[in-house]
Amino acid sequence: MNTQDSDPTTATAADGRATSGTNPDATASEPVVDLTGVTFGYTATPVVEDVSLTVDLGEYVAIVGPNGSGKSTLMQLMVGLLEPDTGTAHLFGERADRFDDGERIGYVAQQASAAKEMPITVREVVKMGRFPHVGFGRLSSEDWVIVDDALATVGMSAFADRRVTQLSGGQRQRAFIARALASEADLLVLDEPTVGVDAESVDAFYDLLAALNADGITILLIEHDLGAVAEHADRVVCLNRELYFDGATDDFVESDALARAFGTEARFLTGADG
Amino acid sequence: MSASVAATLATSGLATVDPSVVLPLQSGLGAVGDLVFGVLLWVLEQWYWLMDWVYYITGLEMLNPRYRFMHRAILVGLCVGVMAPLIGTFLVHRQLALIGDALAHTGFAGVAVGLFLNAVIDLGVSPYLTAIVVAMIAALFIELISEVTDAYNDVSMAIVLSTGFALGTTLISLNAGGLAVGVNQFLFGNLSTVSPQSAAILLVLFAVIVGTVAITRNQLLYVTFDETAAAVSGISVNWYNRVMVMLTAMVVVGAMQIMGVILVAAMLVVPVAGATQVSRSFSESLVVSVVLAEIAVLLGIAVAYYGGVTAGGVIVLVAVGIYVCAVALGKIQSARGEQATPDMGSIEADGADVGTGD
Repeated sequence: MNTQDSDPTTATAADGRATSGTNPDATASEPVVDLTGVTFGYTATPVVEDVSLTVDLGEYVAIVGPNGSGKSTLMQLMVGLLEPDTGTAHLFGERADRFDDGERIGYVAQQASAAKEMPITVREVVKMGRFPHVGFGRLSSEDWVIVDDALATVGMSAFADRRVTQLSGGQRQRAFIARALASEADLLVLDEPTVGVDAESVDAFYDLLAALNADGITILLIEHDLGAVAEHADRVVCLNRELYFDGATDDFVESDALARAFGTEARFLTGADG
Repeated sequence: MSASVAATLATSGLATVDPSVVLPLQSGLGAVGDLVFGVLLWVLEQWYWLMDWVYYITGLEMLNPRYRFMHRAILVGLCVGVMAPLIGTFLVHRQLALIGDALAHTGFAGVAVGLFLNAVIDLGVSPYLTAIVVAMIAALFIELISEVTDAYNDVSMAIVLSTGFALGTTLISLNAGGLAVGVNQFLFGNLSTVSPQSAAILLVLFAVIVGTVAITRNQLLYVTFDETAAAVSGISVNWYNRVMVMLTAMVVVGAMQIMGVILVAAMLVVPVAGATQVSRSFSESLVVSVVLAEIAVLLGIAVAYYGGVTAGGVIVLVAVGIYVCAVALGKIQSARGEQATPDMGSIEADGADVGTGD
């Protein structure tokens, strides 16, 4: 039994640093994400309460928790889409809600929030990943090469000129992943990215994330599939309004944080659980 | 026209506003205005010359040099045919089709305010200018409501729409008799009342709108397609939304001259809806929607001229006819295109270096 299980609120930052041994770049720069005592609620009831954690450059962090546990909210706080009610959220050392260096973040939303009926091709969607780089200008030929490479990486080259509305959910999700890749971000933020993606592609997708992470890209992943988390992420943040666990994946698998956060029924579906 | 109305109504005893407040504004506007206006009139002269030339080649009666108003109407129509679908494309794909209607009705309130001020304090500005101001304020108001409540909602837009129209009708009825005649052209549009001054205002609007969209097209596209991802990528979504609604207000008031308050929203929506049916890419849909709108405008103006009917109504009917054709064409297209489904590649982890640019 790990000591960090004893108290959810104090188990946080210390564990993050304790597990950062896996991260070679930790000393090189400021943390990518730095939350201190963050509390946020859409109404008077907090959805996220007193969460403190840091994510360093090059980490592969998964955020897990039951439905309605505030995972997506926490992620929106991290990337500055929401402003904490109390506490501070920093992104690359800047206040997250004022962060404007958008080219450093790639974002894949939970089953695309995007306009569904709009006539737009897959390539035009991926092209948007380059917008933070080009600003008001036009895409250069190098930008287009990056766009086409991103399409090839997710296996969507043949669909480049297809209308997004004609795609299946999984194909559309791949297009959004390609857009995040094309942004050449330092931090990839993915909110349940594999929903709707077929089973074989999910494995390939996690291999892709691992390869990106090996190249030094920081990955923040919200995932409902605990098996995938146990298999791929280096570090797990378990959330249910408050932090229940923050530490290495192996420790998480052995801890009872899952049972406390989800209730007693939850368990890992991989063989990893003892 | 506004001058004569002003003269008639200046004596109506409604002069409750102190003229000294307004006179400096009037002269200030005049100084800057004269210079710009001069340039625009020169542009207009070139347009007349071009139209005359087209007349001598084609012999089309509606382009007869004696009918300068038709030349102006065609110029306004062509400009509207570009800017309405241009802005409309960004609105329709955000489910904001209704906002054009709401702003048109507040624009009507603005016209009423302009007529009222002209009558009461002899302000002497075009009602279209006051319409632009009022519509832009209303646009910002709608946008701010949506920022506070986190959603564009039908209810707030319906409230703004009816408030605008109610304010307009109230102000106009306050002015009594004489004005009601002049109001028809704002409600239904009129080809023959496009004054050189109105045409000049429209040219300014056209330049501002097309210029702004040309510069911010990347950001507008991103915000339209995926607001959340746009926000994460550092685009100030609220700011671009404000720009968008302000541009919408300008388009709506600009198009009001020939389309009228009631039908103006159709130009924002119908050509875009048609283009959506047949286009595959976003840039294609922009071009197609402009082409469809121009066809509707030119056909509509021609039919209106030769048939002696209201242009606004005909333009919208033609646009809807084109839309129906586009739907049919779209169905045929998709029925044909269904067979060839390319193979989807696999996700390659090896290709991951794309993310780092090594």
